[in-house]
Amino acid sequence: MSNRHIVVLGNGITGITAARTLRKRSNHRITVVSGETDHHFSRTALMYIFMGDMRYEDTKPYPDDFWPKNRIELKRGWVQSINTQQKQLLFKNQESLSYDTLILATGSKPNRFAWPGEELEGVQGLYSYQDLEMMERNVKGAKRAVLVGGGLIGVEVAEMLLSRGVQVTFLVREKTFWGSVLPKEESAMINREIRAHGVDLRLETGLQEILANTAGGVRAVRTLTGEEIPCEMVFLTAGVSPQIEMVKDSGIDCDRGILVDRFLRTSAPDVWAGGDCAQHREVPEGRRPVEQVWYTGKIQGERMAANICGDHSEYDPGIWFNSAKFFDIEYQTYGLVMPKLKQGEKTFYWEHPEGNKSIRINFEESSGAVLGMNVFGIRHRHALWEKWILEKTSIQEVLSHLGAANFDPEFYKQYESEIIHAFNLHYPNQSVELKTKKGLFSKFLEEFFK
Amino acid sequence: MSDITANLAYESHSIAHHGPRLRIREKIALTAMALGSMFLALSLIAVNAGTSEMIKSLWFNFSWILAIGGGGYFALSKHLMDRPGVRNQGKTTDSLTSRGAWGWMIGIVFTSFYICLYWFPGQLEGLVRIHDPFSLFMRGRAADEWFVYGTIYTILTLLMGAKAIAKYRHNRYQIIRTSVIMIVQLSFSYLFPVLAAKFSQPEIYFSYLWPLAYDKLFPGSIDHFLHSGAIGYFIIGWFVIGTFVATPVLTYYFGKRWYCSWVCGCGGLANTMGDSWRQVSDKSLKSWKIERWTIHTVLAFIVILTLILWFEPYLPVLFKEIAFQMRKFYAFVIGAAFSGVIGVGFYPLMGTRVWCRFGCPMAAVLGLLQRFNSRFRITTNGAQCISCGNCSKYCEMGIDVRHYAQRGQNIIRASCVGCGICATVCPRGVLSLENGPQENRYNQEQGLSLLGKMKSK
Repeated sequence: MSNRHIVVLGNGITGITAARTLRKRSNHRITVVSGETDHHFSRTALMYIFMGDMRYEDTKPYPDDFWPKNRIELKRGWVQSINTQQKQLLFKNQESLSYDTLILATGSKPNRFAWPGEELEGVQGLYSYQDLEMMERNVKGAKRAVLVGGGLIGVEVAEMLLSRGVQVTFLVREKTFWGSVLPKEESAMINREIRAHGVDLRLETGLQEILANTAGGVRAVRTLTGEEIPCEMVFLTAGVSPQIEMVKDSGIDCDRGILVDRFLRTSAPDVWAGGDCAQHREVPEGRRPVEQVWYTGKIQGERMAANICGDHSEYDPGIWFNSAKFFDIEYQTYGLVMPKLKQGEKTFYWEHPEGNKSIRINFEESSGAVLGMNVFGIRHRHALWEKWILEKTSIQEVLSHLGAANFDPEFYKQYESEIIHAFNLHYPNQSVELKTKKGLFSKFLEEFFK
Repeated sequence: MSDITANLAYESHSIAHHGPRLRIREKIALTAMALGSMFLALSLIAVNAGTSEMIKSLWFNFSWILAIGGGGYFALSKHLMDRPGVRNQGKTTDSLTSRGAWGWMIGIVFTSFYICLYWFPGQLEGLVRIHDPFSLFMRGRAADEWFVYGTIYTILTLLMGAKAIAKYRHNRYQIIRTSVIMIVQLSFSYLFPVLAAKFSQPEIYFSYLWPLAYDKLFPGSIDHFLHSGAIGYFIIGWFVIGTFVATPVLTYYFGKRWYCSWVCGCGGLANTMGDSWRQVSDKSLKSWKIERWTIHTVLAFIVILTLILWFEPYLPVLFKEIAFQMRKFYAFVIGAAFSGVIGVGFYPLMGTRVWCRFGCPMAAVLGLLQRFNSRFRITTNGAQCISCGNCSKYCEMGIDVRHYAQRGQNIIRASCVGCGICATVCPRGVLSLENGPQENRYNQEQGLSLLGKMKSK
């Protein structure tokens, strides 16, 4: 294979995984382009920089000398446009860079919905490093912030602001927080957690307009119910959408995102796209066309690189999983759990009396096969749940070995017997007995890991 | 190309305050602690051998009650007024915990104390004298600098241990572990030797084993114990079994943590008083390389010295002098300068485990056992890692935990003391300290459909 120049646009998790995989598998010249930062950093850790848990340097997953050592060239600059005929990137400062193969991993930008006043000073989203710098400027002297839109970023922003003594009002259009993803019990738990931390959470309301002060900054917001809330900062946290400004006029097919086939090829020759910015023409089952998740970016980066190196495999995200943290409550999910049960689906839900731990397992009514689970405040073992879901293990079998999936630290109280007790009360005809407790000494896990 | 941090002001945002605001009560407590500490310091110049017992006693009680009462209230209240959970906000922005002016100042105070303790104990005379009445009560004789050191060490371990429990009260592993190191410090490393002194028995620190307590297995010490009657035999048995049986067996089952994070006083101080500085440890590859050289050199040195001492009768006379010089060198450079002055004095500058990481020969032995013959590992949970870096940042041993976690690999490193903080601070439930079968210890989850793909080959 001849040596080509492969340019990766974007140094987020997708672009960097692609570059690393290319380096492992080939001798091509690799250049990673970013306008955001010199080096790859973990976007998910932006909140920790602001709160003072970590410095920017600490959020870099690879030391700075990793890149020259692995012959991955880094180029800092904002790309203006792409010429797919001449195979060239044009930068905002008029520089240009030629490529033989191009990987687009440009990420996202915060959603805006043409709200009156959204262009004012003090109105922002949180996605990029520049957003964090802006937040650092805007927070000076701020007493109250209004967050518009309930999602994972909103919760993080709330936690960040509270750590600096800024009061937070959180406007959420749904009946309950993250109600489009979480069933109502779990969502209610998170509503309570958000409020317990002193956030003024307002459900079933949204933003009407943002009101200016005389200096062009924010004075207040008016909600859909007509209420005026004085504030100095407004955060638009109603999700993100693909960042494709520089791609739009290049002739590459775009819809909401850059359209890609199952191999992650775009409509232009030798141009690939993956991660947040990509929109899948054929959507894998149970998935969304645009999926802004850390690990799917990672898998897509790896897949693009492998295909460029001569593999010919489709992108396969595998069994869905995800995790998050809502203030002090950790959340993990494996398989599919929708807010509402589907036809032929049953659910089992257990919640700790204190209301800060829970587990839900959805299963097929006819066969009992587990389909997905949500767990809050308890940690569970990814590998085991993946196996259970892939192999359509029955809920009885899963529950009897539930201890094997427990990934909490040592000495933590174990709730498996309480959970099983609750199941047996609910489904007396299918009652279960706990066979495997937590710990690697268990025969069950020993078998599993062989 | 200058890095982006250059134009950032994160280091010194003046408006930043992290966590709940201090109330008037906390401010009073803080003032009391400062006042108590000031009086302790003042004794250095104001008290001498001629000071009356009455004044000494008053001075001792007044300063310690203020320091402990104020410090204890402040430290506990600061954490208890917040909800339980991971609270590291402000660690990289506060001057005290991010190598700022306060950090340097505390570092200089600690270092100066150790320099005086080891080489100029006369400078501590005033402080020693105010402890006379307490020492008389506890062990029937006047205080000396080592009694004072032990007392301060134990008070700090207990006080800051209580603080650590308050801080990590959402985590039972941390609660139990911290309680145990507090109890071990108070009993094995303080009350037992102190009471032994009172009843004219050998003052033995049972929690420090060879080769950390490097002279415990020297022929001279063994000989001394042999002449101390029944208790002497017990002591010899304790240390021989401790080093050659308990160490490999316990490390096989639980990893090196059973000692470094549950028993050892050095680890005890690091995880209680030092907890606020764990994040300043260096995470670079270079420091890992240095650490492997230094720690194994110290171990080799102490093993060779011990062997020479045992075989001295069969060796040329020259070795007597060599052993003498080696002992002198070790006591000065390693025992005092390294483990004390740098080991604790540099807490705010190099992190809390400088000695444990770069010098301790016991940690070296345990590390080799942990690396090659143990069931312990930190398991990485599938592909849930988001590379945020909290685990690496808060590793006191400077292990780049994230390096492994983001590749889906388990973490098995000789230096890991199993404090469990990486698993505590992880926001995605990715890490867990586990003991299990040695097969596939490094990567037990390979071969699964998705995970197989996610692992770096």
